[in-house]
Amino acid sequence: MSILKIDGVTKRYANHTALDNVSFDIPAGCIFGLLGPNGAGKTSLIRIITQITGADSGEIFFKGEKLRPSHIKSMGYLPEERGLYKKMKVGEQLLYLAQLKGLTKDEATARIKEWVLRFEIKEWMNKNIEDLSKGMQQKVQFMATVMHEPSLIILDEPFSGFDPINANLIKDEILRLRDNGATIIFSTHRMESVEELCDNIALINRSRKVLDGPVREIKDTYKTDTYQVIGNGQLLITSPDFEVLEQHDNHGVFRASIRLLDGASPNDLLRYLIQRVEVHSFVELVPSINDIFIRKVKETYHA
Amino acid sequence: MHKIWLIIQREYLTRVRKKSFIIMTFLTPLLLAAFMVIPAWLATVSNSDDVVMVLDESGLFADKLESKEDLKIIPIAASSLEQAKTAYQETDYTALLHIPKFDLDTPEGIRLYSKKNTSLQVKFRLENMLEKEIESQRFMASGIDREMLNKMKANVTMTTVNLSESGERDSNVWVTSGAGITGAVIIYFFIFLYGVQIMRGVIEEKTNRIVEVMISSVKPFQLMMGKIVGIAGVGLTQFLLWVVLSAIVVSGVQAAFGIKPAPTPIEQMQAGRDLATGEESTQTEETSQATTISEVSSAISNLNFPLLLGCFLFYFLGGYLLYGSLFGAIGAAVDNETDTQQFMFPITIPLIISFIMSYTVVIQNPDGPVAFWMSIIPFTSPIVMMVRIPFGVPASELLLSMGLLILGFIFTTWIASRIYRIGILMYGKKINYKELSKWLFYRV
Repeated sequence: MSILKIDGVTKRYANHTALDNVSFDIPAGCIFGLLGPNGAGKTSLIRIITQITGADSGEIFFKGEKLRPSHIKSMGYLPEERGLYKKMKVGEQLLYLAQLKGLTKDEATARIKEWVLRFEIKEWMNKNIEDLSKGMQQKVQFMATVMHEPSLIILDEPFSGFDPINANLIKDEILRLRDNGATIIFSTHRMESVEELCDNIALINRSRKVLDGPVREIKDTYKTDTYQVIGNGQLLITSPDFEVLEQHDNHGVFRASIRLLDGASPNDLLRYLIQRVEVHSFVELVPSINDIFIRKVKETYHA
Repeated sequence: MHKIWLIIQREYLTRVRKKSFIIMTFLTPLLLAAFMVIPAWLATVSNSDDVVMVLDESGLFADKLESKEDLKIIPIAASSLEQAKTAYQETDYTALLHIPKFDLDTPEGIRLYSKKNTSLQVKFRLENMLEKEIESQRFMASGIDREMLNKMKANVTMTTVNLSESGERDSNVWVTSGAGITGAVIIYFFIFLYGVQIMRGVIEEKTNRIVEVMISSVKPFQLMMGKIVGIAGVGLTQFLLWVVLSAIVVSGVQAAFGIKPAPTPIEQMQAGRDLATGEESTQTEETSQATTISEVSSAISNLNFPLLLGCFLFYFLGGYLLYGSLFGAIGAAVDNETDTQQFMFPITIPLIISFIMSYTVVIQNPDGPVAFWMSIIPFTSPIVMMVRIPFGVPASELLLSMGLLILGFIFTTWIASRIYRIGILMYGKKINYKELSKWLFYRV
């Protein structure tokens, strides 16, 4: 079942089109990557989902219902431009933002207590935001985003500005939230940063959707049946079933990229190799999302 | 509604808890008390010790110069000026007045010697005394005596009375104008002070980049109105605390020191009118002063306080809401405070003009065409109408003005909210009026 169904959404600004008839589904309980270069229209789409702006045409359905203001409290949004009230105490700020999302004061206080334990930040609660380090501010901001336990969490460029330790902490939290049933949308132009996290993706380029679906399927579609082999010995492939794309020999150690032809299986290649050389490593060369994106963009422009 | 209430609370509480708010709130009544006490205190302290030796060689002033409570006159009989000077040197008196022999028609050569510089006050008082005495002597010489002269003097104080259907009421132009101007001044400063606070608050939210977080939870309009209403609460709180604290401090000071407060501007103006009658307070002047004071207090008690207060609150809030939303829109349109100048200008102009007009043209002719129109147009009415109300404004005009003010702030709030919803998400772009006017009709 999809938590969000985007159906033919178009958004125009005075002198450019930000989104042009974009449609895709976001399945519930997955981590979804909304990917594309800067200016592709990701933020415009997110602002329509979070009801900051409205679409010129097209519909969005949240859990099967047409998007309406009451859905806001089931969403948590971490914008790319982050910020908090600098002169407000951490505790008060979290309480305020949680209440604005519809929690009662008591609920909000209880949630804050949980998160304080999880992030071990008890001693900051009475500090002003401006007295915290950048990383700590980011943690507080993340807490504010998910405090009301939204079923849809939207993170715009989530890892920009996080140091590696905090980035890992946030990744773990995201996975935990997903396991608890939340759906997470990552929006980023750095595709490699979220590739291993995402279950599903949609690629957007120049206000149009280029491609969407489960990462595994997309990769299957775009895989080239190419394997990288490293081993000892003199490799010389003469079979018509395999094509050597690239080969390096160095003091009896070789490294080669080999493509399977005419329905040959990886095991056929492995058997063929074992009879001739000593295999140390045998890995399928899977295209990265980045590669797929570039290929797809090229295709759409040449077509 | 619940969300807007949360926003109002935050805006209110963060400001009321600020140190600057607390300091301002408590310092202002103290300053007021200081203004009241210090002049009164100085008056009791400084004037006690002036003693002037007088060497009268003309013989015209013998026994005529009388000591006053705070200015002692000591006639001395020295044979020469030099002798008098040495005698003066040995004392710690304020000054030595030397009156040489002179002709009544040309009083020249009178000198005041002193060790330190004498105060202007002492100099003026001595001059005044001498002038009076010489005048008397001249009158005597021409056959008119002082008694006669006092009888001839005229002293007119007019009591103004309002004739209305409900009967006659003592009024007083000074009191009426004062009440109006006070209300107008407070409204003027309130709009400026707190309008700018709205603008700063919006800019702060923009520069802190919290705006997008906020408007993913609340509507931009709620955020803007919450801020405007919250800050209005701050202003009202401060105003109320000032009134209460001032009352406490003033009555406390009066009780503790038993000091009569320094004359209010109104009383000073009154006193200024009486000054023409001369320095010495004669019996008639004292009674006229007394009648003036009783007249002022009766005029004050005759002001229609419920109406005045009600209108004050209405125009106070109406004017603030009208301008406040525009200040908010400016904050949303710019990235930082230095960019606000070009947009501030058209907003401040009507405010400043109505402020200047209110204590010139309007106060001189509260029922004239300028006063009428300015008190009807919403952008100037909050200040100008306050000046007119104590003079009496027909109910129809008042209702028209109030109605238009309500329409006015609905209109400015609409404009402001259109600009606001676009502006808060707009960064790094220099905005001009053309751009702003386009925003009014954008679809979001």
